[in-house]
Amino acid sequence: MAEAIAGGIGQSIPRKEDARFIRGKGNYVDDVDLPGMLFLDLVRSPYAHAKITAIRKEKALAVPGVLAVITGADLAAAKLAWMPTLMSDTQMVLPTDTVMFQGQEVAGVVGVDRYAAADGVAAVEVDYEPLPVVIDPFKALEPGAPVLRPDKKKTDNHIWHWEVGDKAETEKALKNSAVVITEKLYIPRIHVSSIETCGCVAQVDAMGKLTVWMTTQAPHAIRTVFALVSGLPEQNIRVISPDIGGGFGGKVPVYPGYVIAVVAALTTGKPVKWIEDRTGNLTSDSFARDYHIEAEMGATKDGKLTALRVKTLADHGYTDAAANPSKFPAGLFHIITGSYPFAAAFVEVDAAYTNKPPGGIAYRCSFRVTEAAYTIERLVENMAHRLQIDPAEFRMRNFIRPDAFPFKSVLGWTYDSGNYGGALKKAMEMIGYADLRKEQAEKRKRGELMGIGISSFTEIVGAGPSQTFDILGIKMFDSAEVRIHPTGKVIARLGTKSQGQGHETTYAQILAEELGLPADAINIEEGDTDTAPYGLGTYASRSTPTSGAAAAMAARKIREKAAKIAAHLLEVSPDDIEWKDHKFQVKGVPEKSKTMADVAFAAYTNFPKGMEAGLEATDYYDPPNMTYPFGSYICAVDVDKETGQVKIRRFVAVDDCGVIINPTIVDGQIHGGLTMGFAPAMLEEIPYDADGNNRAGSFLEYLLPTAVETPKWETGKTVTPSPHHPFGAKGVGESATVGAPAAIVNAVLDALEPYGVTNIDIPLSPHKVWKAIHAKDAK
Amino acid sequence: MAIDVEEVTGSTPSTTTRTIHVTVNGVAHRSTIQNRMLLVHYLRERLRLTGTHIGCDTAHCGACTVLVDGTPVKSCNLFAVQVDGRKVDTVEGLEKGGKLHPVQEGFHLEHGLQCGYCTPGMMMASVALLARNPNPTEEEIRRGLSGNLCRCTGYVNIVKAVQHAAKKMQEPAKGGA
Repeated sequence: MAEAIAGGIGQSIPRKEDARFIRGKGNYVDDVDLPGMLFLDLVRSPYAHAKITAIRKEKALAVPGVLAVITGADLAAAKLAWMPTLMSDTQMVLPTDTVMFQGQEVAGVVGVDRYAAADGVAAVEVDYEPLPVVIDPFKALEPGAPVLRPDKKKTDNHIWHWEVGDKAETEKALKNSAVVITEKLYIPRIHVSSIETCGCVAQVDAMGKLTVWMTTQAPHAIRTVFALVSGLPEQNIRVISPDIGGGFGGKVPVYPGYVIAVVAALTTGKPVKWIEDRTGNLTSDSFARDYHIEAEMGATKDGKLTALRVKTLADHGYTDAAANPSKFPAGLFHIITGSYPFAAAFVEVDAAYTNKPPGGIAYRCSFRVTEAAYTIERLVENMAHRLQIDPAEFRMRNFIRPDAFPFKSVLGWTYDSGNYGGALKKAMEMIGYADLRKEQAEKRKRGELMGIGISSFTEIVGAGPSQTFDILGIKMFDSAEVRIHPTGKVIARLGTKSQGQGHETTYAQILAEELGLPADAINIEEGDTDTAPYGLGTYASRSTPTSGAAAAMAARKIREKAAKIAAHLLEVSPDDIEWKDHKFQVKGVPEKSKTMADVAFAAYTNFPKGMEAGLEATDYYDPPNMTYPFGSYICAVDVDKETGQVKIRRFVAVDDCGVIINPTIVDGQIHGGLTMGFAPAMLEEIPYDADGNNRAGSFLEYLLPTAVETPKWETGKTVTPSPHHPFGAKGVGESATVGAPAAIVNAVLDALEPYGVTNIDIPLSPHKVWKAIHAKDAK
Repeated sequence: MAIDVEEVTGSTPSTTTRTIHVTVNGVAHRSTIQNRMLLVHYLRERLRLTGTHIGCDTAHCGACTVLVDGTPVKSCNLFAVQVDGRKVDTVEGLEKGGKLHPVQEGFHLEHGLQCGYCTPGMMMASVALLARNPNPTEEEIRRGLSGNLCRCTGYVNIVKAVQHAAKKMQEPAKGGA
């Protein structure tokens, strides 16, 4: 048995990138400091919907240190007042006449420092005439509702209708089902709230080259968007994504602040920095969810699932700016049949305009998978309760069988691999499921409320196959460029961009395994469009499925050339060389071998005649399919009858993300993902009042979990490799956020079963839980 | 409501300045600054100690946590003039003579950080916690760090990192290392 390569796949090596972060030497965008740099701050709208009748700059311009005030009228002169969204809609950079949500950017003020810019913001005078506000998306679609987008020649607030599946067949299957349940679920607006907000520094040099340091998860795509929108030649645009303080999808879109900063840099000739404050972040950046779902599920009397019908109203705010690169308007929502082989399903989604900020995807989730997983796992649990079958047993009976993969779902997805029963069984063992049920029965007799909830989710990540996914037509491949130096050390550059996922370590581990060189000898770079190969970026758990695959494929291309050099060194025919135990060996003569480091030196000093010098390769990887990570989570809660307080006593998460590159990093991703599943289930929501006021515009009202509320996560793994990924990995960053909410809510509703409660909309505040308990008491 | 309607007062910036004497990470500084300059901006922009981060502007997230005379404070809610005559410690001062502080070592070895943005504040809060309570229970660690938000780690490995540091700091000092 060969020795493992130092830092190869499967090893929990400590992270390389930590060296700078633990010393306070990270380089985040607000750390960028350029000579003569100016600061941009933004005037924001206090109204959710209003006509702007005047913007007066004079007093602001009189403030010491204020250099410029930029308005929509200024941008309109350069045809930059509006920009396109990824969903073929249009979004204002700055308004010329109307504001559409509270917190919307109204003007930019440029000052010599951030204090001067803030003083200038306070001195800009804007006259507003308030207009009728549309907040409820159902009311938005009623006849006579104020039309929010007359600029698009709309006569109502309906954006689009999308449906998938066989409507008639599903109708028939539901009619023929012995049991049909219906549930209305609202998944409210939430916000990623990475601890670093968004920002940029824009600089134009004497050669006319624009460099933008920017909090972006997709620097290459941003460069192309800038080129297309501004008309600047693409080679004269450089986007640098430095260290990013958390992304979670919130740093995919182009926000007005970025564009205004670029305009300010172009017009002043000086570098301009814009750093969003937290209120700007919470009131104007991309939100997630806001899906009003009505789902019906059918089953036979003996507990076999038959059909699923889902009708959804999506609130997109004033423009459809969802960061959704799929060809489906509702993203991957039709993964909603989940872990079960439904014979019939029908899904329809309608989208509406309201006076809220745009966005619609971001929150650690692959384009609406969370909405789908939540719906199916909530309804499966309710159906089990309805049929009086244990929810674990009910799932075991209905799961797609391990031998059914690759499995084609009735709504059109081909699942690559899975063993759902295996994951659930492991979770049940870890949590002691049978004993918990016994304890619950005893407690129920004493009138105590204890609940157990399960979520056996299936994810869909790794966008994506280019027939289904693109950004402005650019196919969703991703890339790696790998170069081995003469001394056997490596520089690799990739098209993705880490925001904390640990790419500098995991990519090095992939290459260590594939090249037979220690991970220590491999440096990873991402995020500079002047140096890295073109890629579509990091979101939707796509880095390992795409760039990780590209790294392996590039390494394998290098091995092909390296084998010829090894043959030359060993004086045998290339056909007699095999790559074995991380070395080039003469077949059948393992003592005659050359390491990759030997070959690297020879690639520059002693290579075969007719061969080019050097040892490098690039790969652009277009995955043949999505990957389908899955898992089973079990949550045990105690509910206080008198206060409605929910205490999560245990939470066991068994995940299967295929082959694991670094177990410690994977566990870290799961811990964080679970916490971002717990948060919307229990704490986070951005509500709006009837006047369109954002009621969660700071961390005083928008409740990120602290170490005190966060449950003590227990994790476990099963490993079912992806058959189409070069080394069997699937991606893991988002699974837990997708899977966790249903387990928590199912547990609380299980505790409340004696009261006949079948749904409480998240977040489960003590007040809502108390009301649910006492509403039934009162009867 | 999250956003106040700005009262337009034709505000002018404060031009009042003051000279402060402050020792940061053991180095004495004499600086003339605007009275209204926040401590976090003084550290980041005047002294270029950019390890201290800004996350929320409202003293909720703790990314800006530094120690003032050993007490953890949120430097986004303190004026720099308030530390006149005091001693300030930031993340940049944790490593001494090329040797990581046990808290830094714990965060690295236990994977207590991901994006790294909350990390400096989290580590400074941890240093203060361990100074108050050298051998904290898990509950005491969680409560002790509840003024610092992390969006990446779910806190599991942050707890382990602090436990690692606590253990290390109680070991009798070994020469060399």
